[in-house]
Amino acid sequence: MTLTLETRDLTIRFGGHVAVNSVSCSFRPGELTAIVGPNGAGKTTYFNLISGQLAASSGTILFGGRDITGLSAPLRTRAGLGRAFQLTNLFPNLSVEENVRLAVQAQSGVHYDLLRPWMARRDLIARADAILDQVALGSRRGVTATTLSHGDQRKLEVALMMALQPDVFMFDEPTAGMSIDEVPVVLDLIGKLKQDRSKIILLVEHKMDVVRSLADRIIVLHNGQLVADGKPAEVIASPIVQEAYLGVSPRSAA
Amino acid sequence: MMLLSGDPPRSRALSILLVVIILALLATPFIFPGAKALNVAAKICIFAALVASYDLLLGYTGSVSFAHTMFYGIGSYAIAIALYGLGPNWTSVAAAVAAGLPLALLLALAIGLFSLRVEAIFFAMITLAVASAFLVLASQLSWLTGGEDGRSFQLPELLRPGTVFIGKEWFGFPINGRILTYYLVLSACALMILALLRVVNSPFGRVLQAIRENRFRAEALGYRTVFHLTYANCIAAVIAAGAGMLNALWLRYAGPDTSLSFSIMLDILLMVVIGGMGTIYGAIIGAAIFILAQNYLQALMSIASTAAADAGLPLLPGLLHPDRWLLWLGLLFIASVYFFPTGVVGRLRNKPGASR
Repeated sequence: MTLTLETRDLTIRFGGHVAVNSVSCSFRPGELTAIVGPNGAGKTTYFNLISGQLAASSGTILFGGRDITGLSAPLRTRAGLGRAFQLTNLFPNLSVEENVRLAVQAQSGVHYDLLRPWMARRDLIARADAILDQVALGSRRGVTATTLSHGDQRKLEVALMMALQPDVFMFDEPTAGMSIDEVPVVLDLIGKLKQDRSKIILLVEHKMDVVRSLADRIIVLHNGQLVADGKPAEVIASPIVQEAYLGVSPRSAA
Repeated sequence: MMLLSGDPPRSRALSILLVVIILALLATPFIFPGAKALNVAAKICIFAALVASYDLLLGYTGSVSFAHTMFYGIGSYAIAIALYGLGPNWTSVAAAVAAGLPLALLLALAIGLFSLRVEAIFFAMITLAVASAFLVLASQLSWLTGGEDGRSFQLPELLRPGTVFIGKEWFGFPINGRILTYYLVLSACALMILALLRVVNSPFGRVLQAIRENRFRAEALGYRTVFHLTYANCIAAVIAAGAGMLNALWLRYAGPDTSLSFSIMLDILLMVVIGGMGTIYGAIIGAAIFILAQNYLQALMSIASTAAADAGLPLLPGLLHPDRWLLWLGLLFIASVYFFPTGVVGRLRNKPGASR
């Protein structure tokens, strides 16, 4: 079975404002799709609809042929949708290790075990530590999450998603606000995930060089609508993107 | 270490303080003579368990409940009604446990599933409403509960003061059913606190802390938080009801003032905050400090006031007059919250030199 993620006429309205307007698109395993568009185009809202933080006004979301539109966020996560948030969203007063351990615990399905101490599950701790090493946070495992630098918090955010071992990785501007020397760690991680051809990777990103180097495909959202979809080179060159996203009219670009 | 579920006090001063309190409670019948000391010690035990169960909610999940005394009251009244109605025997006690604990559990389950889905303030309001309704109900159904007067009842023979196991000749006072009841209360409370310590340090307890820190993120990790919160609410309710049962057994009485009133709810809140939220150990410290102050501050002030008067100091005798004890109790609490915002336990743990 191929796990295809598909949105059909996905729409959400906030009062009179249509933030995501009838977006139909499907994503295949082994493909990294970059979602681009100007601020307010509805990229993060589209993500929130897919991962269940927002409920769609109309339209459906199919994952592996199953209609997941009605599922709550936790159930979508369990179904295999992993999400890293744009605004860092951690457990601020818990340790870095505990942040990841909680994600590992969720992935292992340990939800209501209250009869033994958490430390008895050394396997969960070991897995959390292994993931922290992967994102180069191994040396910071004992500190509280709030004390991490912004860049390290972004890495921890990604580590939480990796710990969930999802089928779909949703990165929302993973490198935003990172210093130049921190960016490669995250890009390497995404590159490694890409090599595993069974994963669907969605990436909201503003930096066009990042998009060019990583994406197999680009879709463009503008005013909540899907306006372009195709290979990176084609999409970036298309007039509609030049105008809508890069803010240059086709004439002056030519 | 297993007994403490891998969560030791983590501070030498705190460990010493806890050991002193526990030894004092264990030895109370032998070293502090008189009925008052034993009453105070039993109350400390019962409140330590009650406050610890409240800490599970407030300190670990971050949800504010005003219905904790309701569950405490359910336990108290279950014992009182059963022993009053079915007679003073162990079958009645068993019936009270068999009826009281499930009732507390079901009510907590209903409140949780109904109100923990949404924002925390809604849960607080619902618990307040349900608890008020329950208080009115308890005082109105006087044929069952004895109304405002409450219910006095007899204990099973084994627990009565008149039942003497060892005569005066050994310790200078008789070892009787009263002392047996005290140790029953003490050991049941210790068990409940150890159970709570296990719960908060379990994988489940860790999820509760995650929910307190960032519920949205916990959901995004795949935790269905409403079930975790409801589960915690049920555990807290059952322990509170258990503490209520011990309270009724100790007092041989259950009434609105001793088991249901909002002033008890307030005391619980103060004890959690003074001891330190989210620590469980804080409940023991908070209960000990609060109840000792409540019972002995007046006597202490009387001594101080007389001493000040004898020394001819102006103003002080009046300020320290025993009638002003509530003023000083209030000041003591303001000071403790101001100087120990994380409670006594938080303060002792963060002291430089505390072992981690």
